[in-house]
Amino acid sequence: MAASSTASRSSLRSGRIGPLWELFFRYGPPRWSEYIRRNWAGQRLVIAVPYLWLTLFFLVPFLIVLKISFAEFAPFGRPPYEPILRWMQDGALQLRLLFGSYSYLLHEPLYISGWLYSLKIAAISTLLCLLLAYPMAYAIARASPTGRNVLLMLVILPFWTSFLLRVYAWIGLLKTDGVINNVLTSLGIIHEPLEMMNTTFAVYVGIVYSYLPFMVLPLYSNLEKHDLTLLEAASDLGAGPVRSFFRITLPLSVPGIVAGSLLVFIPAVGEYVIPSLLGSSDQLMIASLLSDEFFHNRDWPRASAVAIAMLVVLLVPIMIFQYFQNRELRAQRR
Amino acid sequence: MKKYLTLPNVVLALGLLFLYAPIVSMIIYSFNNSRLVTVWDAANSPTVKWYGALFRDRQVMQAAWVSIRVATMAASAAAVLGTLAGLVLARFGPFRGRALLQGLTTAPLVMPEVITGLSMLLLFVSMEQLLRVLFGIQFDRGMTTITLAHITFTMSYVTVIVQSRLAGFDDSLEEAAQDLGARPARVFFRITLPLILPAILSGWLLAFTLSWDDVVVTQFVAGPGSNTLPMVVYSRVRLGVNPSINALATLMVLIVATGVVISAILMKRAEKRREREMRMAEAGLNQP
Repeated sequence: MAASSTASRSSLRSGRIGPLWELFFRYGPPRWSEYIRRNWAGQRLVIAVPYLWLTLFFLVPFLIVLKISFAEFAPFGRPPYEPILRWMQDGALQLRLLFGSYSYLLHEPLYISGWLYSLKIAAISTLLCLLLAYPMAYAIARASPTGRNVLLMLVILPFWTSFLLRVYAWIGLLKTDGVINNVLTSLGIIHEPLEMMNTTFAVYVGIVYSYLPFMVLPLYSNLEKHDLTLLEAASDLGAGPVRSFFRITLPLSVPGIVAGSLLVFIPAVGEYVIPSLLGSSDQLMIASLLSDEFFHNRDWPRASAVAIAMLVVLLVPIMIFQYFQNRELRAQRR
Repeated sequence: MKKYLTLPNVVLALGLLFLYAPIVSMIIYSFNNSRLVTVWDAANSPTVKWYGALFRDRQVMQAAWVSIRVATMAASAAAVLGTLAGLVLARFGPFRGRALLQGLTTAPLVMPEVITGLSMLLLFVSMEQLLRVLFGIQFDRGMTTITLAHITFTMSYVTVIVQSRLAGFDDSLEEAAQDLGARPARVFFRITLPLILPAILSGWLLAFTLSWDDVVVTQFVAGPGSNTLPMVVYSRVRLGVNPSINALATLMVLIVATGVVISAILMKRAEKRREREMRMAEAGLNQP
């Protein structure tokens, strides 16, 4: 292909005007492979489509939330906030940024306890999830290849069915006259039914239950890759199973633990459906406060401020998650 | 002799019991005659009357139809956009703004739903104002806004799946096609697309499931009068346990389980066929 283009170029240089197709040929197929890698116009277009979509529907909305969080609440306005940019009568542009919504969040006891409660719920359920998921992932990773596929499918299958309906299923189990209480009473283990619905316990159960696959899968994909000869070497050198677990397996699985924990922790802080179905209405998580502020009080600026504050709190875990995600992708490519 | 009663195996069994007990109990109680969901009416059960009630329920049926349409459109658009984004991130090398694109695609995966929902709604409200002021167009929230929101948060899942699939094999095949003179679009349709098609399909399915199931984002961006199935389920479930919701859940579990098992079998078969073809190709190459 190089030869043909040189040929046509030399024919042009020598003054002999070749047939028209020769000109076409110069810019035809043979040059394309070189051409796209440098500046194929289509490449820009292909990049632009997802870029524009995400900018319009993901980035711009955040800027709007940020803007509204500084606006003044106008209870009877449609939409219920004052514009922050306004032309004055003398033609000057007035910019009014109010920090009232933010300072309210820092001083109102309802919000402070909401934050602490959300972080506590998320942290404890992440830990519970990890304690349950680690042995599960370990057992799956050490099973036979066929067993592995079946077990993985069993773990993933509930994830494909409706999340909402699975949370709902727990109401039937946890209710005062629900399945668990009926079984325990008929077995004579308890005499009084246990109060489980609308408690923090029910929220833990719901979150651990819903997010368990998110913890098992990263742990499994990490544990599956371990080099088992390391354990053999350790046992040859006299280490017991417990010692070699804590000295070899556990340190090697840290990336899996981090990825799984973040996948549970981050959404759990902002969980809305589970506490509103299973939890008590006395203690609200931060997402419920946001939604109440928005739908009941129609205080859009304050709801936006809650959202921004939530993002700030979650920014560090989200960035750690992205870092691990990218590292994983790069490692795969190698 | 392998030991089966190890600590991890016991926890695994308990964990699976924990995952399946609520689903199984829901299925059993969907055949219960009593309206009181937790009292098993042994005399008249099992019965399928709640299934009949479910199909006669106009609100549920309408909402299900809305959900099917929204999920199909959202998943299809998300599959296209997500594939483009995955392709760009995995194959287009370093370009200006790549890190931002990567961030924009992975952030929705972990973003709390209330934030996504609130920000999307505020965007739509601003767009409504803008369209009214500039063009005098009246634009109502409804199926369109729900679909747009669902496309945005589901396309990230497609992107991640496609990107990691592309990262799994190198681009030597694409390069070969390029060297043989195929144009970029042709390389994509003849080489890249067939290779990542399974990833796109599972991305589509995941996007469909997430859209079909979403309640929080939908609640924010839905206008009055447009109800999706999860919204109807959510508003009923808040009032307590409801036997026809058990019937609905049972149907959904059955559909999903059948789908997953069938697709697993098909994938296994395709893999076996490919292995056989590879072996035959190698055998053919080795012949003099």
